[in-house]
Order: sequence, then structure tokens, then C-alpha cells
Amino acid sequence: MTEFLQHFVNGLSVGTIYALIALGYTMVYGVLKLINFAHGDVYMVGAFSGYYLGIVGGGGEPSFFRAAYVTLGAMIACALLGFVIERFAYRPLRHRARLTALITAIGVSFLLEYGFQLSPWIRTPVQFPPGPSPRFFPPLIDFGGERSIEVLGATMPKIDLLGLGVALGLMLVLQFIVYRTRFGTAMRAVSFDPQVAGLMGIPVNRIISWTFMLGSALAAAAGIINASSRPKIEPLFGLISGLKAFVAAVLGGIGSVPGAMAGGLLLGLTEEYVAGYTDSSYRDAIAFTVLILVLLIRPAGLFGRVTVEKV
Amino acid sequence: MRFARALAVSALVLAVAGCEKKQEPAAAGQQQAAAPSDTILIGHVASLTGEQATFGESTDNAIKLAIAEANANGGVKGKKLALKTYDDQGKPEEAAVAATRLIVQDKVAVLLGEVASSRSLAIAPIADTNKVPQISPTSTNPRVTKDGTKTRPYVFRVCFIDPFQGTVMAKFAHENLKLKRVAILRDVGNDYSVGLADYFSAKFKELGGEVVSDQSFKAGDQDFKAQLTAIKNKNPQLIYVPAYYTDVALIGRQARELGFKGPLAGGDGWDSAKLYEIAQGALDGSYFSNHYTHENPDPRVQNFVKKYKDTYGSVPDALAALGYDAALVAIDSMNRAKDLTGPSIRDAIEQTKGFHGVAGNITLDADHNAVKSAVVIGIEKNTPKYVTTVEP
Repeated sequence: MTEFLQHFVNGLSVGTIYALIALGYTMVYGVLKLINFAHGDVYMVGAFSGYYLGIVGGGGEPSFFRAAYVTLGAMIACALLGFVIERFAYRPLRHRARLTALITAIGVSFLLEYGFQLSPWIRTPVQFPPGPSPRFFPPLIDFGGERSIEVLGATMPKIDLLGLGVALGLMLVLQFIVYRTRFGTAMRAVSFDPQVAGLMGIPVNRIISWTFMLGSALAAAAGIINASSRPKIEPLFGLISGLKAFVAAVLGGIGSVPGAMAGGLLLGLTEEYVAGYTDSSYRDAIAFTVLILVLLIRPAGLFGRVTVEKV
Repeated sequence: MRFARALAVSALVLAVAGCEKKQEPAAAGQQQAAAPSDTILIGHVASLTGEQATFGESTDNAIKLAIAEANANGGVKGKKLALKTYDDQGKPEEAAVAATRLIVQDKVAVLLGEVASSRSLAIAPIADTNKVPQISPTSTNPRVTKDGTKTRPYVFRVCFIDPFQGTVMAKFAHENLKLKRVAILRDVGNDYSVGLADYFSAKFKELGGEVVSDQSFKAGDQDFKAQLTAIKNKNPQLIYVPAYYTDVALIGRQARELGFKGPLAGGDGWDSAKLYEIAQGALDGSYFSNHYTHENPDPRVQNFVKKYKDTYGSVPDALAALGYDAALVAIDSMNRAKDLTGPSIRDAIEQTKGFHGVAGNITLDADHNAVKSAVVIGIEKNTPKYVTTVEP
């Protein structure tokens, strides 16, 4: 029982990361019908932004203030990156064949991955690009004393609990934005039918930009949460996480915000239980088998509806 | 003055080499054309960047040191030595490309590297086919110098091999730490890690211990908690993690976060300053087997440590010590070789006997492996401390 609970806690901590990244995939798909394959790399850039902010004037000692400053800074940096990617890579191709945009997304992904692996051009105050060697993510917050707390025999690192709290908080904020604000309403309208939304006076381009920025900021937060708990970052680490988050988005029903959250958590937990109770090298294979089974039974994903209502 | 003499000697060597070339045109033709100038090029394939960047940096620094010293003493056969290093980013496919480029394009006399077994395995067939001797400083997997059952003629190493290294830690855990129940966490995609885990497991069982859990991960994984939770549930007294330092450090942190209090143990892949930077004390009380310790009072070792420190500002790790040894063996063999063709240097390397390296004396056996002792290093307060030496 303790082991079961421990796996649950571990799976939840990985699952929230997937969920946060999956939200970006699903929102962009909702408004543009585009699978933004560069999203996993935005997550990586988020962690690196946090790393750089943590080194340069990181507010000195680890503290709550420092954690907040680094997280918000990285979210803003990634929101800008998301804006730039959309403005210069996707918008010029918006009315071309969908495959063109998809290939461009893969191109942007490679640009970020391999661009970050170049040897540094700037050396002071930080080395940028970071190059392919893993970097140590500086501790942002210090809990003092015990690093973990124990509940019913399962240990939970405080940093993971905080990460979980922040992630859930962000999801609630997102839920509020999408369903309770004018911007959210506009976003849902665009996802419903961009042309008609435009005719109704909704600034479609601006809404799409904002959607990208929102998704990228969430990915940055995921990057920081992950790196605080597992402090090794390198330019390719967004690749697998991005792919799995995409799977999570499909699992939950791509285009659906609650679906992305549920899909992320489900994938994290499945992986964890598979690795914990069977041979761990089958982890990914079985997790992906689950995906296939779910899609066989529910082709639109868990929360996806076959009707046209999306986001 | 010295330059003039070097020039004269090198002219003489060239003349002699030229004569030999006429006598045996078939055997040596290609290699002779390879080094027409008055420098001998040594090639080095290293992971200067990537997951094991500190391995490549340490090795390359030490090789540079050895070559500078050799050149200050007049070089080899009157020629100066020069080093060409290519980065392989820690990837086997890149290592193969780098080795081919060094051999075919730059026409190096000797190839040094790689540190990691999986990458040395990628290079070995290339060295063999092109008849250029390869000396690996620290690749411990037995298959590196073997092609099936036969020994690869052109591939050598200056370190011990994993059947011994796995035994060292199994014995240490059983006899010194008096442990009965251990768990293993291995990197399934890595020849080094899988081999070492198998040898450790076999020896530990043979000694009467029990391996209660054998879990695996893949390089690049960030989260090891699923495996560690399963391991912890079996209550092992020690977890053996034969992997490289970046993964080990994360595994150490996550094991502690899950409340595992016992020691972790591993092999020479742990040896890097980055291990301590990422682990932040999580590995205190753990042990790993290694090739050498900088605490060894032997004047040869202390001399090397001082020179390395003066030049690079850090204490040399085992990778540096063995990189230095590999370069010294290459230089010594070239001095003894009758000429500088691949086959002649190969023959000279094969005859290496009782060579005094900083990481122990090197005598190459029939399988081109060095037979030498291993040390066990313990980690206290996030710094490595010498514990004991284990003879083969």
C-alpha cells in the first residue's frame, strides 16, 4: 500500500509537468489546428531562461522571492519567444497547406535544439548559447532542514509539493482565463471558426498571438518546476518531454483544456506504475500502448467530443 | 641551437625512413606518406561537450600536458609531437566520424580515446581496418579490445577491465561493508553500465549475497523515482548504480528524497567534479571504484598532480591520470618502435611491460588490457576520500 501511494505521488509530480506542457499543445491546436512541435523546446528554453536568471542577479540566497522572480521572468521570456515564433514562422504560412506549417514547426524545433547546442558566442555575464553539456540548475528555494515530508509512509519532497501547487494554481488560472474572461471567449470563438470570429470583430491575429504566449509561458513554468526538482538541464531534454506531452494532449482529446490536464496526469501515473511494477525498460512502450487503446475506444480522446466544439 | 640539431636529426630520420620505404614498398607505403613533415600527429577523440563533458576535458588536458613534456625533452625520434582533438559530444556515431577523420584526413600516427566504452567500441573497428593503433585511456568494457573471441590487433587500453572492477565493488560491499542485500540500477542503453552491473551481480551472488532488485533506466531519463521506489520497497542495504556522473547525481538526490538512507555504489564513471555539484551532498556515505587517487603519496603521482594543478588549476581526476598514462605509453612506444608506421608502433605498444604510469604500472596482457589494482573512493561531506586499494 505504501509503495502504491509512493508511486502515486511520484506519478503525480511527473504528470503535472506533462499536463502543463500539454496545455500549450492543446490551446494552439484549438485555435490554429496546428501541432506546434517546437513546444517541447520552448519548455527547454524556459528552464534555461530560469537558469540564466538564477545566475545573473538571482536575488542572492535561495528564497521565495527569488523563486517567484525567476519563474515569472522565465515565463515572460518564453511568452516573448512564443510570440516571435508565431509571428515569424507560422503567421506567414497560415493560409498555406497545413503540412507546410507542420514542417515549419519541426524546423523551429530543430533550430532551438541545435541552436542551443552551439558553442557560446557570449561569454559574460553568462554563456550563451549554452552548448550541449548539461548544466546544473541553481536551487531557487531553500526549505531548511528536512527536504521531504512523510504522509502514510510515502515521502514527498517539499519542492515537488510546491511544484504541484504552482502547477495546479496555473491550471485554475488558465481555466478562469479560458471560460471567464473576454479574451477566453474570443479564443474559443476563434477556435470555433476563425473567419466568422473575424467578421464579428474579434482581432484574430492578436488572439492567436496571445494564445501562443499563454501556452509558452505555461511551458516555461513547467520547465522551472521540473528543473527545480531534477536540476540537470541540457538543450535536448525538451524533446522527449515534449513528445510525451503531445501524447498526453492527444490522450485527453486535443483541443480540450481539461483533457490536456487529465491526459498529462494519466500518462504520468501510467508510466510510473508500469516502471514501478514491471520491468522499467518497458515504461514507454506500455505507456504508448495505453494511448493506442484509449484512442481505439475513444478516437477523439478522453475529453474530446466528436462535435466541433473545441477548447 | 637545439632547433638546428632537431632539424638535422629529423632529416636523418627522414632519410632512413626513405631508405626503408624503398626496401618494403608494399608494407609501409601508405603510412610513410602520411607524415611527411617534421611533426608526428597524435589524434584524440574526446567528449569535450555533452553528458560526459568533464571526462573529455580532463583527458584532453592531461594529454596536452604529456605531449608538452615530451616535446620539451626533444620529442620522438627527433620529431615534435602535435595533438589534434575532435569533439564527439559524447555520442558513439560522432566518435566514429571523428576517428575516421583523424585517420583518413589528418593521418595521425596514433589514436587516443575514447574514454567511454560505447564510444571506444565504435572506434575500434575503424582503427583495426586502417591499421592505426588506438589506445583507450579508461574504457573498461572487455569487448573494446575484443572482436568476438579474438583480440583486436590495433586496440589497446591502459586501464583494468570491468570483470575486475565489478568484483572489486562486490567484494568491498560484502567483506568491508558486511552487506547481504543489494539492489542494482543500471543504464540499459550503455555497454559499460550493463557489463559492470552483470559482473558485480555475479560476484556478489557468488560471495553469498543477495541481489534483491535489478532495475534499469535509459540515459537521458530525468525521473528515476519509479525504479527507486520499487527498489526501496525491497529494503536493500546498498544500491549499485554503474552509470555516468550526471545520471548518478540525479539518482542520488531522488533516492534521498524518497528516504533511502543507505549507501550507493558505482564505478569509475562517477569520477567528476560535476557529480558533487549536482548531488549537493546527496551521495554522502557512498562509494565508487576508481583507477587512481590523487592522495597517493608516490612522488610520481604527486609530481603529476602538482603540474596539472599549476597548469589547469584543478586536481586531476582519474580520467586525467589515465589520459596522461595513455599519452605516455603512446610516446614511449613510438620511441621504441623501429619506425613510425602503424604496424611498427602497434608492435611496440604490445610489448609494453612494467611501464610506470601515474595510475599504476602498466603491463599489457594478451588481450591488450592493463592488469592493475583498483582503489575504492568514499564520499564524505560531498568530497571524495580514498578508502582502500584492491589488488587484482
